[in-house]
Amino acid sequence: MAFDGPTPGWARRGAASLARAKWLVATALAAIAGLAWLGGLDWPVIGLAMGAVLVAAAVGPGEREAERVSGGAAAPASTGLRAYPAEYIAAAIPDPMAMIDQAGAIVYVNDAARAAFGDFRAGTLIQLRFRTPEFQTFLSGLRDGAAEPHVTDYAERVPIERWFRIVGRPIGHGTNLFVLVFKDQSETRRIDRMRSDFIANASHELRTPLASVAGFIETLRGPARNDAKARDHFLQIMQDQTARMARLIDDLLSLSRLEMKTYAAPSKAVDLHQVIDRVVNAMSQLAAEVGVTIVKQIPTAPVEILGQPDELIQVFENLVENACKYGQSGGKVLVLLDAGKGEAAAGPSVTVRDFGPGIPEEHIPRLTERFYRIDAETSRAQKGTGLGLAIVKHILTRYDARLTIRSWPGEGAAFTVQFPAR
Amino acid sequence: MTSDHIMNAYDQELKFLANRIAFMGGHAERMVDQAIQALVAANVDLARKVVADDMALDEAQRDVDDKAVIIIARRQPMADDLREIIGAIRISSDLERVGDLGKNIAKRVVSLSDAAQPIQLFRGLEALAQLALTQLKEVLDAYATRSVARIGQVRDRDDDIDAMYTSLFRELLTYMMEDPRNIASCTHLLFCAKNIERIGDHATNIAETVYHIVTGDLMPAERPKEDKSHKVVI
Repeated sequence: MAFDGPTPGWARRGAASLARAKWLVATALAAIAGLAWLGGLDWPVIGLAMGAVLVAAAVGPGEREAERVSGGAAAPASTGLRAYPAEYIAAAIPDPMAMIDQAGAIVYVNDAARAAFGDFRAGTLIQLRFRTPEFQTFLSGLRDGAAEPHVTDYAERVPIERWFRIVGRPIGHGTNLFVLVFKDQSETRRIDRMRSDFIANASHELRTPLASVAGFIETLRGPARNDAKARDHFLQIMQDQTARMARLIDDLLSLSRLEMKTYAAPSKAVDLHQVIDRVVNAMSQLAAEVGVTIVKQIPTAPVEILGQPDELIQVFENLVENACKYGQSGGKVLVLLDAGKGEAAAGPSVTVRDFGPGIPEEHIPRLTERFYRIDAETSRAQKGTGLGLAIVKHILTRYDARLTIRSWPGEGAAFTVQFPAR
Repeated sequence: MTSDHIMNAYDQELKFLANRIAFMGGHAERMVDQAIQALVAANVDLARKVVADDMALDEAQRDVDDKAVIIIARRQPMADDLREIIGAIRISSDLERVGDLGKNIAKRVVSLSDAAQPIQLFRGLEALAQLALTQLKEVLDAYATRSVARIGQVRDRDDDIDAMYTSLFRELLTYMMEDPRNIASCTHLLFCAKNIERIGDHATNIAETVYHIVTGDLMPAERPKEDKSHKVVI
């Protein structure tokens, strides 16, 4: 600023108006100069005329500006939306948004869209990425200017179920550009799904223990009414069965809760050291009961990944618990943390290795299915619900991590969780 | 597609091909998904719809073939464009096969829906289909975004699909041995499982084509197995 003190308001407004009207003013001044040259006007008259034009330009448009501002309700101060690049505005929109041209080629996508659907190159046809027949119909309706509203539902079933409602609008008039906004509907859909899934699973899996409890009650009230020894025995079985039902409900609820969560990659840094320490501490009781020692092999430097401590603890607790129970005969469970700095592509990985009998080959690919049990009897004896690895898989899918299961017959099995590189 | 051609009509033709592939991809994915849904829920109406949908896929494949031949004859494309066009022909024929396999699963729904089947039989099949559909989605997404960064995982997953298929095969065999009355339905389910496994193979083919379109090279050969352990990545 060339001025020492604060510039008076009128001067600033006048200067701004002048700047806006510069072409008008320039034309007027040129016209006056031209007239003067042709018609031979006196110099004082010319000076006066030019001065008048300048003053009019500085004061006049100011009123129109005032009208414009009061007209646009959303515009703060006197700048309006024009002052901000459209990209900033698009980037600030929390819903995924894409701008496409007449052919469906992508012109621009905002950050939310990248986070939700991965990277897009400009020029990619959007119907290649969203391929459902409904989306194609929606897109051709939008392009051909069919009657509003242009809305379609888009669902992705794999790897995680997601639902979006997509709204399309043309941009301006005759630009042949369109904007698509994606509204995430997954949460409401998942609540519906959760209710029906929970009822189906719970009613199926609770029936067996419930039937056995009912049977024992009947026996206790009938033939075994006065048999003190049998009563104790039956009550013990009933207690085990109710405990099993409680565990089942816990696991089903935690699986349902996981399925409820929206699709968002975890964003907080967590130290895997702390996670593993807590898991090993929590599991030491169980390990001692079954006669297994847990051995940690962990580098000294902290190993951070993006995640949520509770979920990670659940993953490794389930893996270590399985290793202790089913690898009991090996007497040792190894928890190995690898920082994964060697190869550029690999992130940190955690391996839980047991030295038990190993897992028969044909069962390995199916271990993460719900209620899949290699041997129902052993599983029941070990208080398994058939949901542990399903929960692990579910959490890891959201982390973009992979679970590798290796088995050496007679020598044990290893479960490796490979996290993506940051 | 982003490379600038002087002839706008040429771009239009290439876009037409990509557009038809998009249509075929969406249709094939939907058919497989609905065929499995129909199978699990014994929904005969949905199965009939899937069978009828296959027509559109066949038609789209003919469109792609005709257009590709015309482009090659008229424009004599080189390098990138040629790979793009040949790739479109290959991908469309793979997708057409995927549609056929989906249709075949849907056809079996009618014969399976007579008697109620135990739910455990379908859990494995659903899980297998989930893997195959993930595979198909990832390769088609890779085709859309022209990124081959994650395409290496496709081979791993194909191995998983094979392993899972073998496991399902054994399971179905045990059911058949338990009770000969199961043989008819289990054989149908065995064919369904085989179809899904084949869908995974077609997805791997598409992955190789996409890799070739994007890089101009062949997809790197499989890594040798590190030891004699049984291994599955999930």
